[in-house]
Amino acid sequence: MSTPSRVGEQPLVKWSLISIALFFVTILLIIPLLSIFQQAFASGLATYFDNLSEPDTLHAIGLTLIVALLTVPVNLVFGVMLAWAVTRFEFIGRKFLITLIDIPFAVSPVVAGLLYLLLYGSNGWIGEWLYEHDLQVMFAWPGIVLVTVFVTCPFVARELIPLMQQQGRSDEEAAVILGASWWQLFRRVTLPNIKWALIYGVILTNARAVGEFGAVAVVSGNIRGETNTLPLHVQLLYEDYQSEAAFASASLLAFIALLTLILKAFVEWRQERNHINEQDQQGEL
Amino acid sequence: MSGSHAVSRPKHQRVLPGFAISLGVSLLFISLILLLPATGLVMQTKGMSLSEYWYVISDPRLVASYKVTVGSAFAASLFNGVFGLLLAWILVRYQFPGKRILDALVDLPFALPTAVAGITLATLYSSTGWLGNLLESIGIKVAYTPLGIIVAMAFTSIPFVVRTVQPVLEEISQEEEEAGMTLGASDWAVFWRVIMPSLRPALLVGVALSFTRSLGEFGAVIFIAGNMPYVSEITSLMIFVRLQEFDFPAASAIASVVLLTSLSLLLIINLWQGAYLRRIHGK
Repeated sequence: MSTPSRVGEQPLVKWSLISIALFFVTILLIIPLLSIFQQAFASGLATYFDNLSEPDTLHAIGLTLIVALLTVPVNLVFGVMLAWAVTRFEFIGRKFLITLIDIPFAVSPVVAGLLYLLLYGSNGWIGEWLYEHDLQVMFAWPGIVLVTVFVTCPFVARELIPLMQQQGRSDEEAAVILGASWWQLFRRVTLPNIKWALIYGVILTNARAVGEFGAVAVVSGNIRGETNTLPLHVQLLYEDYQSEAAFASASLLAFIALLTLILKAFVEWRQERNHINEQDQQGEL
Repeated sequence: MSGSHAVSRPKHQRVLPGFAISLGVSLLFISLILLLPATGLVMQTKGMSLSEYWYVISDPRLVASYKVTVGSAFAASLFNGVFGLLLAWILVRYQFPGKRILDALVDLPFALPTAVAGITLATLYSSTGWLGNLLESIGIKVAYTPLGIIVAMAFTSIPFVVRTVQPVLEEISQEEEEAGMTLGASDWAVFWRVIMPSLRPALLVGVALSFTRSLGEFGAVIFIAGNMPYVSEITSLMIFVRLQEFDFPAASAIASVVLLTSLSLLLIINLWQGAYLRRIHGK
């Protein structure tokens, strides 16, 4: 056997490191994931579906879907606009704008919720105006949508910016010089290039929108069957000692999380393949 | 951004459409969604005198929560520094069955809602849970202690270190490493002298991101923490407690401390990341 030329290639080192890593992965990730489903199905399928068809649970599922359906398109448009502005043009404060977009990642969700509560709640300056006009934002679905837009707004932009920066603007400039309208430009040149990153950004936005807890907990008012999203409903059931019902609802969120991971792996695989194809084409040229 | 372009096209002349609208929409959105909400906090805290503000943020129960939060976040991100590096290493360097699944699984903590992680960890590590039962037999109590907070914070921030170290590890040149190995240096020596220096900046950024996330974590922590005043209460929870008492000024004062801390951390991480990216790419 020849001596290994890279660090950590000896079988003993290699397999010990893999075993240690897998041991911790099992404890920290795999067991928790499995136990969600184990707890949810502890009394069998019939109880599981009974738990899920409780009116309050169904309402929470519906509200969560509505929040995601409203949040994702808003942040999709914003993400594309911001990425276009900061990667296709030079202007003063461009770097600062890219840093600003990271704020929601750094801010604690509870603080995010509080910021919105102070502004739109009854003693905030916008809240007072809303109150006079009999519009309720806090402790109602519009407030939940607003904070969800806040916490999820970086995802699409974060995926697009590095990719669009790396791709450069020459393809698009060529299209414009050849007379493409802005819609043709976007539809035929930009979109095909950023498609997978865009899908990936949407998946992440959706996952977070469905699962946000801290920020939503502050602004929802936790009115059972009215302003409870699925994660809040999970908390409510759990603290009510209805552990199995809590885990039944939690399992839905875990399904979405698993789906997110699978879609993400798929998108990455597609991106990798596109990348290899491009390199092949360049090689042929 | 080739030189010929810059010469043939003056800076103010833009070929691509949509500058005004894309920047306009972005700025409007950032102002309304990110910046406007901060005015509420400013107005709420402006009404307090300095001594009132200090009285609120130096309350002993709150100071205890700072210590618990910072200490646990520190321990959790330290753990993730080691564990994340190990995970990134085996994912980049080795081939083994199930590698793709493991790579996908690393992102589970980002994909799984924090409340779900919270109730799951609390159940698993309670004295009747699978892991809690096992650990209690050797005298370690996790649920409803600060150790539980560390476990929850470590869980939610695992992906940060792995995902910042992984791309750097992939790009490390083989040559220096091979040179060290052929010269007869031990694996350990080559790792510390050749690999670690290129890895260190990314590792530090990953640990810092993990720390920032842990400081703000709420959903995953509150279920397992037990939330005992002075022992296992995190600062985010204190904001929540003050809100439920309708003490908006106090909640705002605490939030301003948390907000300033996390924004400073964000700024430091960004400057730092910028500095080492420039060093790597020689820009």
